[in-house]
Amino acid sequence: MIPNQTTLPKKTGKVKFFTTLSMLLIIIVVSAIITDVDIWQLLTNLGQAGYILEQMSHPDWSYVSVVLGPLVETIRMAILGTAFGAILAFPFSLYVARNMESSKAVSGVLRFINNIIRTIPELLLAAVFVAVFGIGPFAGIIALAIFSFGMVTKLFFESIETIDEGPIEALKSSGANRLEIMRFGVIPQVISYYWNFVLFAFEINIRASTVLGYIGAGGIGIFLSRALKQVRYDRVAVIILIIFVVVLAIDYVSNKVREKLS
Amino acid sequence: MATIQAASEQRPVIQLVNVNKTYPNGVQGLKNLNISIGQGEFVIVIGLSGAGKSTMLRSINRLNEITSGDILIDGQSITRAKGKALRDIRRNIGMIFQSFNLVKRSSVLRNVLTGRVAYHSTLNMMLGIFPKKDKEIAYDALKRVNLAEKVYTRADELSGGQQQRVSIARALAQEPKIILADEPVASLDPITTERVMDDLLRINRELGITVLVNLHSIELARKYGDRIIGLRGGELVFNGPTAEATDSTLRAIYGEAILEEEDNKGEA
Repeated sequence: MIPNQTTLPKKTGKVKFFTTLSMLLIIIVVSAIITDVDIWQLLTNLGQAGYILEQMSHPDWSYVSVVLGPLVETIRMAILGTAFGAILAFPFSLYVARNMESSKAVSGVLRFINNIIRTIPELLLAAVFVAVFGIGPFAGIIALAIFSFGMVTKLFFESIETIDEGPIEALKSSGANRLEIMRFGVIPQVISYYWNFVLFAFEINIRASTVLGYIGAGGIGIFLSRALKQVRYDRVAVIILIIFVVVLAIDYVSNKVREKLS
Repeated sequence: MATIQAASEQRPVIQLVNVNKTYPNGVQGLKNLNISIGQGEFVIVIGLSGAGKSTMLRSINRLNEITSGDILIDGQSITRAKGKALRDIRRNIGMIFQSFNLVKRSSVLRNVLTGRVAYHSTLNMMLGIFPKKDKEIAYDALKRVNLAEKVYTRADELSGGQQQRVSIARALAQEPKIILADEPVASLDPITTERVMDDLLRINRELGITVLVNLHSIELARKYGDRIIGLRGGELVFNGPTAEATDSTLRAIYGEAILEEEDNKGEA
């Protein structure tokens, strides 16, 4: 570009933009062909959706008393799963954060394990644990615990890596040992992040735990699955509504608490 | 200051013996330093940026490792000390940093109490239990820097000068023999600078704590120091009573640069 050009120079990179756009379009179209996406089918089956919605618009309110117990179980599963995972995640994160002077080899291995854990979807985890521990909420709790552990650890150790190192140096110079440095120099700086991540994991777990019952891992999911199989959309509606209310309420409370924390 | 000088000859609290520091990239940070500092002295270390002032100060409590030589604190080698022994020596040395290094989200009291941590068992500290006596020590330290009324304020709500005085209180809470101050006033304005330096001087005079301060400013060095130590390129180029550090001596050592730097500081 000529440095003293008087008019605004043309923006370069338009070619790049259109190349990217057409590449994206090609990918989408090819994917659609491979996976047999049929828009026509979507349109012709809209009538079916209308029928289901019609059924759902007359919820079977008497069913509420039946699903209330499983609903409480679902919430309990989410609470326990989050708690177990979060408790484990706390020391783990303090160990693997790169600025915590831990053994490089050990924390490298631990971080690798954590990465693997996070690639496994919770439904898959739950399916495995149902196979191991049998049908029931215990399998669900373990699955949620492992999922929360992976998530909270990842978020938490990354925020530990961004702290102000000054207080660490100050404590070190006053003769504090490693644990004491963490207790007074590191944790006060990150504890509010930790609670934030734990609540976030809890919000996700509440939603996840509602479907875990589908594969026999406890909670309200089993009732949802049953109602669908029996084509009782009036009951499906009740379950969906109840989940909706609970998720909304918990999200609201959790968000309020997180606002207070930051 | 004759009495202080005499005392220093009898009983050095800090001794640097043939201290060398070579950085991994080959740069020599400290060159064969031999310095002895006596109990109760107020010593100021001057030099241009990169002269090794910070490196030297941080070697004294071993936040930096030295390459060869030895550093003795009260006759005990900190260079060879390990684990608990090292931490016990450090406990007797308070440190003040240019950037204050407070936990900003914690209260002033909590920050000052961290100076007491090394006195207690790790288990008690994990639970965060400080004896009542410690809280009194912390509060006394805050009174000494005139910040008693800020005891429950969050550290980040204080001004820079106040934060630096909290960090002085934290060092005091250690009940140290020595206080090292690494550019304590570099990020403060002239008025707060004076307050912080006055606090350090008062602590030195009233409690007999040996104080070692790194400074850019020749003017401040002359105003506060009993003794001035001059470094240039990691070498000891001046070591004597403040009265001997005249403009012409300093100009001979550093050239115009150090006096100019001072002027620049004044403007900034």
